[in-house]
Amino acid sequence: MSWWNWQSAADALPLLLKGFGTTLVATLGGTAIAIVLGLLIAVLLRTLPTWIVWLPKLVVAFIRNTPLVVQLVFIYTLFSMNDTLIAISALTVGIVVIGIHYSTYMSESYRAGIDAVPQGQWEAISALSLPPVRSFRSIVLPQALRATVPSLGNYAVAMFKDTPFLMAIYVTELVRTAEQYGGRTFAYTEAFTLAGLIFLAASYPTSLLIRRLEKSLATY
Amino acid sequence: MGDKLTTLVDFVPNLWDGLLVTLQLTLGGAVGTVVLAVLLGLGMLAPTGWVSIPCRMIVEFFRGTSLLVQLFWFFYVLPIVLDVDLGPLACGILALALNYGAYSAEVVRSSIVHVPRGQWEGAMALSLSPGRRMFRVIFPQAWALMIPSLATLQIQLLKGTAVASFITLQDLNERVGVLRQATGDTMFSYTVGLLVYFVIAWLIQVGMDALERNAKKRLGRGDGRAGLIARLVGRTDAKAVTA
Amino acid sequence: MPPTETGQVPAIEFRDVKKRFGDHTVLKGLNFTVQPGERVTLIGPSGSGKTTILRLIMTLESLTDGYIDVHGKPLTHEERGGKRVALPGKQVRATTKRIGMVFQHFNLFPNMTVIENLIEAPMHVLGLNKAEATTKARGLLEKVGLSDKESEHPSRLSGGQQQRVAIARALAMDPDILLLDEVTSALDPELVDDVLQVLRDIAQETDITMLIVTHEMQFARDVSQRVMMFDEGVILEEGHPDDIFTNPSQERTRKFLSAVLD
Repeated sequence: MSWWNWQSAADALPLLLKGFGTTLVATLGGTAIAIVLGLLIAVLLRTLPTWIVWLPKLVVAFIRNTPLVVQLVFIYTLFSMNDTLIAISALTVGIVVIGIHYSTYMSESYRAGIDAVPQGQWEAISALSLPPVRSFRSIVLPQALRATVPSLGNYAVAMFKDTPFLMAIYVTELVRTAEQYGGRTFAYTEAFTLAGLIFLAASYPTSLLIRRLEKSLATY
Repeated sequence: MGDKLTTLVDFVPNLWDGLLVTLQLTLGGAVGTVVLAVLLGLGMLAPTGWVSIPCRMIVEFFRGTSLLVQLFWFFYVLPIVLDVDLGPLACGILALALNYGAYSAEVVRSSIVHVPRGQWEGAMALSLSPGRRMFRVIFPQAWALMIPSLATLQIQLLKGTAVASFITLQDLNERVGVLRQATGDTMFSYTVGLLVYFVIAWLIQVGMDALERNAKKRLGRGDGRAGLIARLVGRTDAKAVTA
Repeated sequence: MPPTETGQVPAIEFRDVKKRFGDHTVLKGLNFTVQPGERVTLIGPSGSGKTTILRLIMTLESLTDGYIDVHGKPLTHEERGGKRVALPGKQVRATTKRIGMVFQHFNLFPNMTVIENLIEAPMHVLGLNKAEATTKARGLLEKVGLSDKESEHPSRLSGGQQQRVAIARALAMDPDILLLDEVTSALDPELVDDVLQVLRDIAQETDITMLIVTHEMQFARDVSQRVMMFDEGVILEEGHPDDIFTNPSQERTRKFLSAVLD
């Protein structure tokens, strides 16, 4: 194993873990934004009248079907090249953009969850003449959310694996740390292999957990 | 605005070259994805653990590590470890195919499992061989189930190609950056770039929708007149399982 | 009483067959034989194991213990040096290709037209060429009264029509043994008679051995020479349908029949 140096691996590890910290911050921040914004989008698309709803739908489709990397560079450049706009750190831009990007996915999870609430529930609400907004909040939403949780979890894990894209705007997360370490020491093998293993160690158990959650909710 | 359009027109050949790289990555990745998805998807269902367990491990590995890590690994590490230098384009296609192939393999597997049990039993009652049972009876039905999720993954693959610029490829993303430098207008350049991506994604969706309609027609489930089977199978809103 | 002419090899023989699903024992050491050409109806409450018997013969379920012989040959396992040895899949299929089964939910292949459903197995299992298989399939479609539907997709047919196609598909394999698993249970009541008439005709015109699980007691009476009453995985009683239906010896049978015949 002449291509593997344990010393390099040991040297790289603390740096990588520090980068991983940034990765986690980005994931948590992005997830928080996506969870809230996703719900807002889902409710918006459901309540807007048909003559106007195509517009937000198109915007959502546009954000969802174009590359996150390009969006990141776009928005970051927009801010950093323009002095009249507020100064804002690359990490913040990254968190907001990745959060918005994934909110378009999560809104679909919410939509599916709301659709999955049995028709009878809606009928019961109108039969009892309950106030629509309150009933949506207290009756429909809790049921919808229950079905939505695993799907949201899946997207959070997907987002976690997409955070390395933030290196496009110079955020020193895990993979950029690995690349920089490799560039400095030529220990690319150790750096990228460890980076991959860290990803696997974090995402695989989370995925298993979500799959178990999915199964236990499915039996309900 | 007028001179920006002029700049854009002058820049079209440049963008075109970038687009070609993006399309090569997308197409190469797509072909690799489908091949791997079928091989690994069927492999995971193999009756012997000698086949199913390694296939499952490959799938979990490539789903669990990030696309960018895989890309860098093929680009930087493969030449060191195995002394093979694939070049950036092949590295890109390989990473995309393995990453999205792993996700797609799970789609293939779960679609096959979701073909109603009666179909397996009908084929067994006719004593069809296992190969014939799979490829003549089960897979054609699973195919109709898997297309919507595969469409989602193909579009994600297209979006994933934009990381190619990290390994020196001059793809559409990279050219859009150059366009921005030429025009000095971020909003304009990136709107153009994103629109091009959006159109390709839309074309992929249109193509996959046509495939789905065709697959359903072969199952005797045309538009409108949904048959008994359609009601039994009940199209669950098939989304790509991303975790 | 079952016909037990000596010297004749039974079409089906169960020897001490046990079947467990998890920790639930469905069959606890079952022994019976069916003679060639005999028509036997299995009755009993749901969960009594009668469908499991058909599925074991079709190898859709695997035996937990014991042996099933078909025409004197082992189906899935044989005894070799005092040990139970599983037979290779190819050998199993060589036996099962002469066993046909018709299911409650038809299980036609939706990705094939009616005629394709009928010629698939004769071509690729029996080795007929396309012309032979098609001629035969058309003859069978005529017999079940669906000649005009050969290029339709199954999903365009009514349940009763689908079931008649499924019967034709099973017959296209020239089966020696036909297993009928609640073939009318999923049908709307007005479609049941057509299907049963087709089966009556087959029973009259051929000497195919039939094992029938059904709740249509009149049909069972018309077609079968023997009725076996199952309860909790054992044969409670058996005999000629006239005896069993009019004068069962067991109280459980009497209760079951009065519940079904209502």
